[in-house]
Parts: sequence; C-alpha cells; structure tokens
Amino acid sequence: MNRAALRRVWGIIYRHLALYRRSWPRVVELMYWPVLQMVVWGFVTSYLAGVQGNTASVAAGVLLGGVLLWEVALRSQMGFSLSFLEEIWSRNLGHVFVSPLRPRELVAALMGMSVIRVLVGVLPAMLMAWLLYSFGILTMGPVVVGFFAALLVMGWAVALGVTALILRYGAGAEALAWSILFGLTPFSAVFYPVAILPGWLQPVALALPSAHVFEGMRAALRDGTVETGHLLAAFALDALWLALMGYVFLRQFESARVRGALLNIGE
Amino acid sequence: METPAILAEALSKRYAPDAPPAVDALSFSMPRGATWGLLGGNGAGKTTTIAMLLGLLVPSGGRISVLGHDMARDRFSALARMNFSSPYIALPARLSVAENLRVYAHLYDVPEAERRIGELAGQLQLTDLLDRPAGELSAGQKTRVALAKSLVNRPELLLLDEPTASLDPDTGDWVRSWLERYRAETGCSILLASHNMAEVERLCGHVLMLKQGRVVDSGSPAGLLGKYGREDLEQVFLDIARGRQRVPA
Repeated sequence: MNRAALRRVWGIIYRHLALYRRSWPRVVELMYWPVLQMVVWGFVTSYLAGVQGNTASVAAGVLLGGVLLWEVALRSQMGFSLSFLEEIWSRNLGHVFVSPLRPRELVAALMGMSVIRVLVGVLPAMLMAWLLYSFGILTMGPVVVGFFAALLVMGWAVALGVTALILRYGAGAEALAWSILFGLTPFSAVFYPVAILPGWLQPVALALPSAHVFEGMRAALRDGTVETGHLLAAFALDALWLALMGYVFLRQFESARVRGALLNIGE
Repeated sequence: METPAILAEALSKRYAPDAPPAVDALSFSMPRGATWGLLGGNGAGKTTTIAMLLGLLVPSGGRISVLGHDMARDRFSALARMNFSSPYIALPARLSVAENLRVYAHLYDVPEAERRIGELAGQLQLTDLLDRPAGELSAGQKTRVALAKSLVNRPELLLLDEPTASLDPDTGDWVRSWLERYRAETGCSILLASHNMAEVERLCGHVLMLKQGRVVDSGSPAGLLGKYGREDLEQVFLDIARGRQRVPA
C-alpha cells in the first residue's frame, strides 16, 4: 500500500474518530455491553465458586475468559459493520465511492476502526475482571495475543459477509450487524468443549476459528499448555473465511455498481 | 491533440433486462475547459448519466473516457482528477466543516491540506463556519461547504448535480457567479445537470437536451433559442418535453 493509499485509509479512520470525539454516547456504547457482560458473568462465577467452595475455580476462569474473548469477536464484527453503516446513515456513501478510495482501502479502514473499537470496548471489561473478580486474562501467557488476533480476524470475515448483505439488500439488512454473530455462539463452544455438542454438529463447530480458540483457551487455563494445533487451525480457518467473504464483498460491490444500488443504498 | 474532458460513446443503461433504457445510445465529446449542461425532465437520464460518468454505475453498453482515462479499466485515476457535488448527497452532519473538508483532503491526497482548506474557506466565505457541525448549517451554507468539498482536490473536471437547488435567488446567484469566476480562473471543465434554465443559459456554452435517455437536441443556448424560435431555454425545454414541433428560424 503506497503513501496515498495509506492516507485514504487514514481519511476514513479520521472521519470516524472525529465522529466519536463529538458524540460521547457512541463512546459509552462501545464500553457499555462488554462491561455489563463482565459484571453479570462475574457475579455468576462468584456464586458458582462459592457453591463449589473453591474460589480459584477453573470453571470460573473458563467462563470469564470465554466472555472476554467472545467480546473480542463481537466488537470486531460490530466495529467493522457499524462503521460502514455510519456512512449509510449519514448519506455520505455517494461521496466516498466517487473519491479515489478503492474498495480494499475502505475495507482496511473499517478493519482499523474495528481494532480501535475492540480496544476501547474490551479493555475496560478486562480491567474490571481483574479488579473485581481477580481474573487476569493475561495470565494465560502470550498465547492470549494469538487468541485475540484470531477472533479479531474472524469478526472481520463475518463483518465482510454482513456488509455484502447490506450492499445486496440495502439498509434493511442492518439488523444483521447486531445479531449475526450471536447466532454463532452455540457453535463456537465459548462456554463448553466442542465434545459436548452432538456428533453431527461438531464438524460445523470445528469449521469456525472461534471453536479452536476456545478449545485452546480452556487448555491454557486448565493445564497451562499452549495447544498450537488449535491456534494454527484458527488462523488457517480465518484466512479461508476472510478470503471467501472478501470475495463475496467485492462481488456484491461490483453487483451494486451494476444495479445502481450505490445511488440509494440508504433506502 | 488534447483528449476531451468527457468522451461518451454509445452509452446505455438498463436497470433490468426487460426495463426501458434509462440512457440509450448517448454519445458526446465535451472539450477541456468547457461548461456543458445536461437538461431534461424527471426520468430523462441525467442522474444515471452522471452516475456512470462518476463510476458509481456500470453502463450496460458503450464506453466512457474521462480526462483520457477509460472508466471501465482505470476509473480511480480519473476520480483523483475530478470531483462532484450534489445537494442530494450529504456530508456527515456531526463533523465540523473543517473536519469534513479534512476527510476529503485525505481521500484525494491533497498536499498542504490545511492551507487548501483555509484557501477554500476564504473564497467561499466559510471561515467563520469551519468549527460548526455541518448538520447545523443553512441550505445555502451547506451548498457552499459541498462546493468546497468538490474543489478540495483542484479538480480538472467538476460534475454538479443541481448545484443551486433549494437555494434562495440571492444565494443561487452568488453560487453561479462564483462558479463563473472559478472556471475563468482555473480552466476547469464543468458538466452540470439542472432544472434551472436561467442557470444553464448563464453558465453553459453547450447544452444536451435529454428525453427518455436519449439526446433529442444539443447546441449552444443561443443556438437552441434560434432553432426553436423561443425567448428562453425554459420554453425550448417545454417544447422538447411536450414533443412540440420546432418553429423554423
């Protein structure tokens, strides 16, 4: 990517940062849900630990770790999709698409916004988990960075799919931006091992990068081991899904140019 | 020989295979430095034509070359050298005028962006508005901001979709005078679509009259007035829109 391309990417990121600077409710919204999730699940795990008479319960760590890491995937996908929707809501897409900004640069900018939104949303929840429930996700070691990265990329892949649907069906498909990843929660084995799922459902789960991340997380918390196989599988699946959804997005973008959908996508 | 600002060859667009063409076999060559008008009633194909020239819409047939760049293969090179303004496409309302202009300065890779923004703000009387959110401006102020956005990259070709729509006569006149001066100073080519016949008569050296996606007549405003034996372009427009016979000169 050359300097002009990087500047175009920064132009879109700057546009969103300027929006957050002028809209504190948007900033609060970024943190609200992850923090709320952490509070609720924190109390649940405290209760369970008390019932078991074991305050250092591994189960408690698995639950809190699952909540925190799943928020990475959720915030990553929403950060990307909602930043795209902001352009539709402000009726600004027409200007953006007649500028020299390439679709791949728009995608890079939305990924950048996604990273920023994940950090702003999840870091306070991580801090809260540490302060209130003495759960430090970083105790898993450097592997946690790999888990973060794998879930971040999975969020982008799902968001590319959602954005492609918005290009195809217009802003009517925007509800998917909030809901679609929740639908993947049962198959992602966030709070239980893949082995718990019915046999026929396990291949579906193992086709998702998230299932491998959470299997790896449980191994790290339970045994202190790094399951490289799961981490590598997560990244390989990320690459596959990202390439596939990137292709779908570009196809829908070109289709929208043929149908004239870029002229009235907000409707 | 210099390539034309816009070259459209047998341009056509159908939104569906069984739908009538929105644009049908449209061909024209607009020279550099010229100001042309695209005139026609609702559904005549003006917006579709402009969208195809901007690369927002892929033609069903034909070819477009803008500033020597084939829009099918090299549209981003052309887009960097042109710009567009329309009252129907907004700028982010919560961002200040300066922030909006800064975004587009980045997208168009404008060197010395802050100086350029200050320069445009001075020329378009926006200096006092730079820190105001774009959504809080009046229609006239928004039009001036949209113009500043469209000029941020010093475009060689400017596409304007109804640049003075919804403006009061005084503000509309101010915008037209400003455009005349800008064109004289920079040699920028301008293609404008408008329903305002007086505006087209004043600004444009050449007019394309569109009806049902086809060019039904073209020429200089004075030439068209003579051809139809009319006093103003509005009457010519009505003659064409209602399919009246031409009055021999």
